[in-house]
Amino acid sequence: MKAINRIEGRAYPLGLANVDTDAIISAEYLKKVTRKGMGEGAFATMRRNPDNIFDNPEYAGAPILVAGENFGCGSSREHAAWAILDMGVQAVIAVSFSDIFSGNAFKNGILTIELPQAQIDMLLDAARDGQLAIDLPDQTVTTESGNVAEFGMDPFRKHCLINGLDEIGLTLQMEDAISRHEREIDERMPWLSSRRDAA
Amino acid sequence: MTAALPRTLYQKIWDAHVVAMRDDTALIYIDRHLIHEVTSAQAFDGLRAAGRQLRRPDLILAVPDHNLPTTARLDAQGQRLPIDDPASAEQLDALTRNTAEFQVDFIDAVAPEQGIVHVVGPEQGFTLPSTTLVCGDSHTASHGALGALAFGIGTSEVEHVFATQTLLLKPSRTLEVRVEGVLGPGVTPKDVALAIVGKLKASGGQGHVIEYTGRVIREMSIEGRLTVCNMSIEAGARAGLVAPDDVTFAYLKGRPRAPKGAMWDQAVSYWRTLNTDPGAAYDKTVVIDASEIAPLVTWGISPDDSVPITGVVPDPDSFADPARRDAAAKALAYLGLTPGMRMQDIEVDNVFIGSCTNSRIEDLRAAAEVVRGRKVAPSIRQAIVVPGSGLVKRQAEDEGLDGVFRESGFEWREPGCSMCLAMNPDKIPAGERCASTSNRNFVGRQGPGSRTHLLSPAMAAAAAVTGKLTDVRELTS
Ligand code: SF4
Repeated sequence: MKAINRIEGRAYPLGLANVDTDAIISAEYLKKVTRKGMGEGAFATMRRNPDNIFDNPEYAGAPILVAGENFGCGSSREHAAWAILDMGVQAVIAVSFSDIFSGNAFKNGILTIELPQAQIDMLLDAARDGQLAIDLPDQTVTTESGNVAEFGMDPFRKHCLINGLDEIGLTLQMEDAISRHEREIDERMPWLSSRRDAA
Repeated sequence: MTAALPRTLYQKIWDAHVVAMRDDTALIYIDRHLIHEVTSAQAFDGLRAAGRQLRRPDLILAVPDHNLPTTARLDAQGQRLPIDDPASAEQLDALTRNTAEFQVDFIDAVAPEQGIVHVVGPEQGFTLPSTTLVCGDSHTASHGALGALAFGIGTSEVEHVFATQTLLLKPSRTLEVRVEGVLGPGVTPKDVALAIVGKLKASGGQGHVIEYTGRVIREMSIEGRLTVCNMSIEAGARAGLVAPDDVTFAYLKGRPRAPKGAMWDQAVSYWRTLNTDPGAAYDKTVVIDASEIAPLVTWGISPDDSVPITGVVPDPDSFADPARRDAAAKALAYLGLTPGMRMQDIEVDNVFIGSCTNSRIEDLRAAAEVVRGRKVAPSIRQAIVVPGSGLVKRQAEDEGLDGVFRESGFEWREPGCSMCLAMNPDKIPAGERCASTSNRNFVGRQGPGSRTHLLSPAMAAAAAVTGKLTDVRELTS
């Protein structure tokens, strides 16, 4: 996983609320068996509109996306996170995120930032004319004109993102605790183990 | 020793699965893992790439559903028919290869038990009370109907469970949704689900696990509870739960993958302890009076956009919240509806009875009851019934329901996700309207440009015979 420290550049000023994962990547792209190349399919429905921001050359390759509340609601497809990553977006700033999307984003090394609507409005305005700069260690988003929005962040997620740590590797360090739990279940709830049930 | 503090059902299941804590994040053990072809391939790939092992293949059950065509799977000679769409075929093959390589219990596309994961899990007794159950699919909340803490996960999490049999989770807040009273005639669990989602709104359950309580839920069958829990995610909740009771135990007893003999008795005595203690506090409680629930139908592009079938298409200007006003206007434009139009005047082109929300035997019985002796309206382009599993299909056939549907002009299909989402050949063409028993009416969900109205199986059946959205009570009373 790529380590994140500072993300600087243009931001897609999407602004919409309730952008569901169907809108981020439609079902036809779910048939791939690898993660690469999903970016081409991102926001396909919105892209049918000729004035959409995603095909506006001004924002081409923008590493940040700014949206409204409940971003990533709907289907749990992780393809939404892969599509966003494959488009080159490393951070999404929104009023709120669906639980599943923010989890998926984190696991793929995408930074999700929650800010109140007033700050989102300020960032949307700023994103239309200039760059944004996210500083993860400082937990700030700064506009070109110098406005600063501070955001809250789970310390563990922050640590993993800054160090590019893979979650599975971290969990496998807890092997002893996992094995202990398994022995306990085998003892107390033997019906849960189909190995035993089959025997 | 001090007396234990009263706990909710959710807290009891949670506490029994904490392997370790890291700050406010828990490492939670996962007892059951369902996989299907769409969200598992990249996870198996990741495992292979990292040289990691599958920790507990014995706790996984795999079944293909999303991509499978619902037309015949075998030819007259019993040979497997090819799948036309190469991308679908590749995903399905990948599941077959991966489950063979990693020795995972696999229900093949042509096995009699094949079906939609969320129908198959409970039906097989793979889903059990007090378990943590995950699946790379957002409607995994369904399994909460049996008292399992069940939720959808993404592919990275699937890989995490593969490698570690655990997930890193933060505790959720608890939301009690109590449905009191008695349902009126023609009002089904689907209407209860739509009413709950309509009341909570699409994000009202965010960060919460819902526990469904109250007389209506207690008196509901497991099939009905599965329908209600299925739509928890449409209110933004991670999971929905119903405390296991005698209805649950009667449903599970004797199922192929449920415990047997002395093990069964031991399990039931534990499961009986799983309910919310008197005095335990939920973070939030919402009470719904069953007598106020009418047969519902959606008018918009979010499952919380529903009105009683006797109602009218709302005027976007009637919403105080400007964001909601814009969304409603967009929805009406997409769906080709005008404010004030009577819901019952909306003509449909297609009817879909199926999906993990409404494809179990009770759903098919309810729909068959309405179509029995009636014909699908000539204006309907396509009306299909897609049983949730091969076992549901066989039972329906034993009861003669397939004949009822066929005679009225419905197609009787093979099990799968079908028209619920546009991943297999069952799609709604652009601009066409579908009365659908599924759970999502998002833009393009049933195919690019498709227009969806969510409703119950009985209401879908009523729409099929009249050609427009119809109050089923007028056909049955
Ligand atoms: S029936 Fe629909 S909602 Fe259910 S698992 Fe299949 S695609 Fe998902």
